[in-house]
Amino acid sequence: MLKIRNLTKNFGGFTALSDINLEVEPGERLGLIGPNGSGKTTLINCVSGAIQDYDGEIHFNNDNLNSLVAHKRTRKGISRSFQIPKPFSSMTVKQNLLIPLEFAVGLDQLGNFSIEEQADKIIEELGLSDKSNQLTIGLTQIEMRKLELARAMAVKPKLLISDETMAGLSSSEVDDILTILISLNEKTKITIIMIEHIMHAVMGFSERVVCLDAGKIIANATPGEVIKYPAVEKAYLGE
Amino acid sequence: MRNNRFYLAIGTLFVLSYLATAFVDNQYYFFAGFAILQLMVMALAWNILGGYAGYVNFGSAAFFGLGAYAAIVVLQLFDANLITQIVVGGCFSGLVGFGTGYLTLRLRGVYFAIATLALLIVSETLIVNWDYVGGAAGAYVLPKRNPSILGVLIVGKVGALFGNYKELLFFLMCTIALATVVICRFVENSKFGRGLAALRDNEEAAESMGVPTLKLKLIATSLSASIMGVTGGIFPYYMTFIDPISAFNLDISVNALAMPLIGGTASWLGPVLGALVLGTLQQVVTVTISSSVNLLVVGLFLVAFVIFAPGGFLGLINKYWKRGE
Repeated sequence: MLKIRNLTKNFGGFTALSDINLEVEPGERLGLIGPNGSGKTTLINCVSGAIQDYDGEIHFNNDNLNSLVAHKRTRKGISRSFQIPKPFSSMTVKQNLLIPLEFAVGLDQLGNFSIEEQADKIIEELGLSDKSNQLTIGLTQIEMRKLELARAMAVKPKLLISDETMAGLSSSEVDDILTILISLNEKTKITIIMIEHIMHAVMGFSERVVCLDAGKIIANATPGEVIKYPAVEKAYLGE
Repeated sequence: MRNNRFYLAIGTLFVLSYLATAFVDNQYYFFAGFAILQLMVMALAWNILGGYAGYVNFGSAAFFGLGAYAAIVVLQLFDANLITQIVVGGCFSGLVGFGTGYLTLRLRGVYFAIATLALLIVSETLIVNWDYVGGAAGAYVLPKRNPSILGVLIVGKVGALFGNYKELLFFLMCTIALATVVICRFVENSKFGRGLAALRDNEEAAESMGVPTLKLKLIATSLSASIMGVTGGIFPYYMTFIDPISAFNLDISVNALAMPLIGGTASWLGPVLGALVLGTLQQVVTVTISSSVNLLVVGLFLVAFVIFAPGGFLGLINKYWKRGE
């Protein structure tokens, strides 16, 4: 589904990503881990199109994404949430969802639902119904994170990239988000890439884990195997 | 129902503006009314990019001045009539807006504002050094005597639609203002307007939600610039003389920016309220104190509103409305 070939990204003299090769299969749950500054967010910025001047190639469902700007990649089915929530602050929760539904989803993808009904459905799934007509400014941290996920889901993605959606949440809130993501993957067979620092969450969620360090892939295996890699241990704990 | 009421009000104002030219004798009202309506149209146009999309344009006077000088060029070349001048002014500024947008809309915040200010200075310098349109000395525009369209006398003492040019220009400016209100309201309630609101709130998030941000910004810049150009296109006839200092005056940019900020940028009603209140106040100050105090009034209002009521008149009205409920 997603094929990344020889991806390199430099910021001036700093190499954020170096010769990354990665494939993600349809319906897979992939965890992306690595210490701060290892290049995780840069990698998904390249995939989602937020960064475009990279070397290498990114293919999605056999389409080369290199020449596509971010909103066109979204329309192809790549969706992401942001590490720091970026709500449309002048809009209500529901209006926040209407934007992706109106701009990224074709009418044929809505089925028998209207855009409004579709927004209500997603809001209900994420337990935000009582906040539907509220401005985002009054939302709590967990509600803000759920809104990020809701907007990413509203795009009707084939690939959803969740960038540290659980950062700063309590363990029960982490479980809440995990349940939503697992159910989404099982029900709709959406491929999910999860970037996360909360190890029990990412290890419990992922079928495969990729670890980045200093812009390079140092491990790519099942969760059980990855934690045994000496390079991973070294990246997190030092020598 | 709300739509019907809105268009009924627009239609009524259109008819009233014509009736005013027939029944009001004091020509000063048309002169002052034109100035206030000009402020209103510029404010509404500025708000399309500045209010709806959040891109602060300091170069409004460039689009206004280029519209005015495009009108002068077609007048010199073809002896074009007033309507042609207005249309050409709008089209030319729209094109310049598109080009400027394409080159500058990747800039954000203060960098975009500086780029638009630079456009103003470059445009003025070009016109100052172009003798064909009068250069630094300016150019006179002599209104045609007894103009007519399809045999109908437009301006004349007897049997004409308007008694003099001031009345005609006031009526035209009213028509432009009403059309601009309709356009802005349409933008606000359209998919295009919702896209602009999303990119104003967060451009990166909007793009990742499928909003074609660059395309929307380009349309907004072109639309905003072309409305400013239309306003500029009528300006030489109003003044009967034009020079680069008056056409590219920074006061035009400041007023275009201040009226929506004082009135409120969230809706078309904000720039309309801002221009009506401040424009009228400016006219009163001009007559009773001095024309040079004009901008001081705007400056004081701007400072007061930015500090105490960032939502402008509209924000204040909403606040007290909610408190009342």
